[in-house]
Amino acid sequence: MNHLDELESISVHILREAYANFKNLGMLWSIGKDSTVMLWLARKAFFGHVPFPLIHVDTHFKIPEMIAYRDRLTREWRLNMVVGENTEALAAKQTFPDGGVDRLACCKLLKTQALKDTLSGSRPRMRFNHLTHRYEPDTLTDPFTGIIAGVRADEEGSRSKERYFSPRDRSNEWHVGEQPPEFWSQYKTDFAPGTHLRIHPLLDWTELNIWEYIQRENIPTVSLYYNQGDGKRYRSLGCYPCTTPIDSNARTAEEIIEELRGGKLSHVAERSGRAQDKDGGGLESLRKEGYM
Amino acid sequence: MEKKIENRDELSQEKMNIVIVGHVDHGKSTVVGRLLADTGSLPEGKLEKIKADCERNAKPFEYAFLIDALKDEQSQGITIDSARVFFQSQQRRYILIDAPGHIEFLKNMVTGASRAEAAVLVIDAAEGIRENSRRHGYLLSLLGITKVVVAVNKMDLVGWRQEVFGAIEREYRAFLEQVRLRPAGFIPISGREGDNIAARSGQMGWYQGPPLLAALDAFHKEPPPVALPFRMPVQDVYKFTQMGDNRRIIAGTVAQGQIHPGDEVVFYPSGKRTRIKQMEVFSAPRPQAAQAGMASGFTMGEEIYVQRGEMATKAGEPRPKVAARLRVSLFWLGKEPMVMKKDYLVKLGTARSKARIEEIHRVLDASTLEGEIRDRIDRHAAAEVTLVLDKPLAFDLSHQGRETARFVVVDNYEITGGGIVLEDLPDRGGWVRESVIARNYRWEPSLIGPETRAEQYNQHAALVLITGRQHTGKKRLAKALEQRLFSTGKIVYYLGIGSVVHGLDADLKAHPPVANARAEHIRRLAEIAHILMDAGVILIVTAVELTREDLEVFRTVVNFEKTEVIWVGEESTDIPMDLVVPGGEFQEESLQESMGLLQEHGIIFKP
Repeated sequence: MNHLDELESISVHILREAYANFKNLGMLWSIGKDSTVMLWLARKAFFGHVPFPLIHVDTHFKIPEMIAYRDRLTREWRLNMVVGENTEALAAKQTFPDGGVDRLACCKLLKTQALKDTLSGSRPRMRFNHLTHRYEPDTLTDPFTGIIAGVRADEEGSRSKERYFSPRDRSNEWHVGEQPPEFWSQYKTDFAPGTHLRIHPLLDWTELNIWEYIQRENIPTVSLYYNQGDGKRYRSLGCYPCTTPIDSNARTAEEIIEELRGGKLSHVAERSGRAQDKDGGGLESLRKEGYM
Repeated sequence: MEKKIENRDELSQEKMNIVIVGHVDHGKSTVVGRLLADTGSLPEGKLEKIKADCERNAKPFEYAFLIDALKDEQSQGITIDSARVFFQSQQRRYILIDAPGHIEFLKNMVTGASRAEAAVLVIDAAEGIRENSRRHGYLLSLLGITKVVVAVNKMDLVGWRQEVFGAIEREYRAFLEQVRLRPAGFIPISGREGDNIAARSGQMGWYQGPPLLAALDAFHKEPPPVALPFRMPVQDVYKFTQMGDNRRIIAGTVAQGQIHPGDEVVFYPSGKRTRIKQMEVFSAPRPQAAQAGMASGFTMGEEIYVQRGEMATKAGEPRPKVAARLRVSLFWLGKEPMVMKKDYLVKLGTARSKARIEEIHRVLDASTLEGEIRDRIDRHAAAEVTLVLDKPLAFDLSHQGRETARFVVVDNYEITGGGIVLEDLPDRGGWVRESVIARNYRWEPSLIGPETRAEQYNQHAALVLITGRQHTGKKRLAKALEQRLFSTGKIVYYLGIGSVVHGLDADLKAHPPVANARAEHIRRLAEIAHILMDAGVILIVTAVELTREDLEVFRTVVNFEKTEVIWVGEESTDIPMDLVVPGGEFQEESLQESMGLLQEHGIIFKP
């Protein structure tokens, strides 16, 4: 077994534990490279199937290619796709691009709040109908009790403190100092009513591992990660008003691996193109309140 | 001093998890910060930024600040959790886990250390051996970490003196000997000054050994335990029918050993066996083996009914232990002490069972290691106890298998302890269990699987035990329930224990009567139940005043298949009940409630 096989096995084990222990399980799919690798790992874990819904929070400011790619894979892989959004905030133009609020408040409304409400079922969800090929109002409104998320420990300080199975209280909050112990491949799979768990199968992966695996498995990824001829590519994807590409000539996964191994990016944070990390309390304070 | 490794990922891809442990303020974070800085493993500008921050706040710069990324931590001045830091030497890639020393966060230290293949135990040369120096030493031993190096830090504060180092080494080596831990070496270092971290110190000519980095590089990575007997805790049995898939796949991660298509596998605790048809995989060439560390899946030659919680083993190899009474060594992390007469949950592999302490043999205060007899196990203590489980589990002993000897204890939804099994102890259900294992091993499986039968009959095979004191109306309820189920098209059968006692059990009635006849009556009745349940039937049995012990026999013999207990009338035994109905005159309501129970538990399906 090489290092990718080892990473794959641990992630698959975690996904299977999650599936065995949680009735209302869902996987957050941001359409980015990490959660797409995680989706692929789910197909590995369940032998080609994905036996739980994928959840995407649509801010309506995602780069259009991302949505097209999401719906293409949903059809091709017959995914159980659930989409949520903060309709009120969008209608009231309480967004950063509309000039209504600052970046951090925009993230909180369109992502954190929309995510919380989508997970709890308190806000209508849309589900992809494979017969009509359209999103239709979801009739299921049960709260999700297990949420699989693609965070990686090497991305950023607060994520390096995460558990594989990480509890969230009734108000979705994360208490860094109160985390349960986790050892010997035994995870927190018992939880009090009203609370839920975030499950993190990718915790041990690095940015380089992700690209090595994308290349090895030939996983389809959104074209924005690659230089399309203008000498730029996105290293981390988000909403277009708050995400900027990096200078790069990498046109394929192989060239991205070369770029990462070459050390050109090793002293630049992966999320440096994500503007919300730099404002106010940054990603850590977002995460404590329920952000991914 | 600083050397940059430019092409870090072209170096060996070998990876090793290292944990840094020790008493609070003995300088663990500083050692990690220094290792990162001296190997050029920091993002550009990070060091400069933190130095500038310190200057602005008029605080002296410490290497520890490098990894204390979270704001709460720096305000409190302690590391809260085991941050994972990636770092690379010429030898391999390391994941450094900076475990904190503050006692409040021992659960985080355990979390970090359990993922480590090797450990650095840091002791402050000026302060000497402290409570957590010993506690962490003991926990490393219990966690099964044998590759340990002891770094005696802050040598600059004791004038680099050899005798200070020597005294600490002698005392601590003797202590570790008691917990059967032999460190690879003791190294005098200074995290603050960078002595004997990445490079040899110029201050301590009397020290002939390697610096810390070289000592880590000298550890050999343990290969996966492929040569041990095959063990795979079953995580699940999948049958996803979407897109015409009709495979039934046993899935799990191989704990040790290896297995190939065509091999015979035996599942424990049940003793059921089948042959591996083929390995299953998504989007890759079909593997020809599953071995230690691999998340695997296979289809079966003969379809048998197994569930999550069983352990797959290979026929012909040493079999695991199966027991419901265990002597264990455990450590306790719960806020509330672990006490007698309380139900806990034990998770071992993918199996789980309720457990109680039968006896506490001794409690080790991990800071002093003096064994004491006590009636409870306080937070952060370790103990040797006998546990009694509600149902038997399959496992190996701590000296035979590693992963399959380990368990955790759950209290009030939280993992609050962990331990290793030292010995399997006899229990009263042992002989019944062995007979069931032998019967399952010889069982001839039908071509029609239990799931197929359940589908065709539109019901789940089950045993419904109706019990209570004499003359409370058990039989009336049983017969009414049989009739109601029958009239709705269910395959159901009612059997009173008396019908068996005078026929099948006639030999037990012989003179002189067979000793312990009651237990044998129950076992035979349970064997009949097993046959009828295998045939897909819902079997209703009446018997007077069944006990918890009787129920354990029933559950063991029917392989822990669905078993419901309905008590009629006033309660008089310790049997756990699913439903209690009033005795006396037959009441339609009791029948309705019984039907409701079967629906709720998925035996019959709601119309």
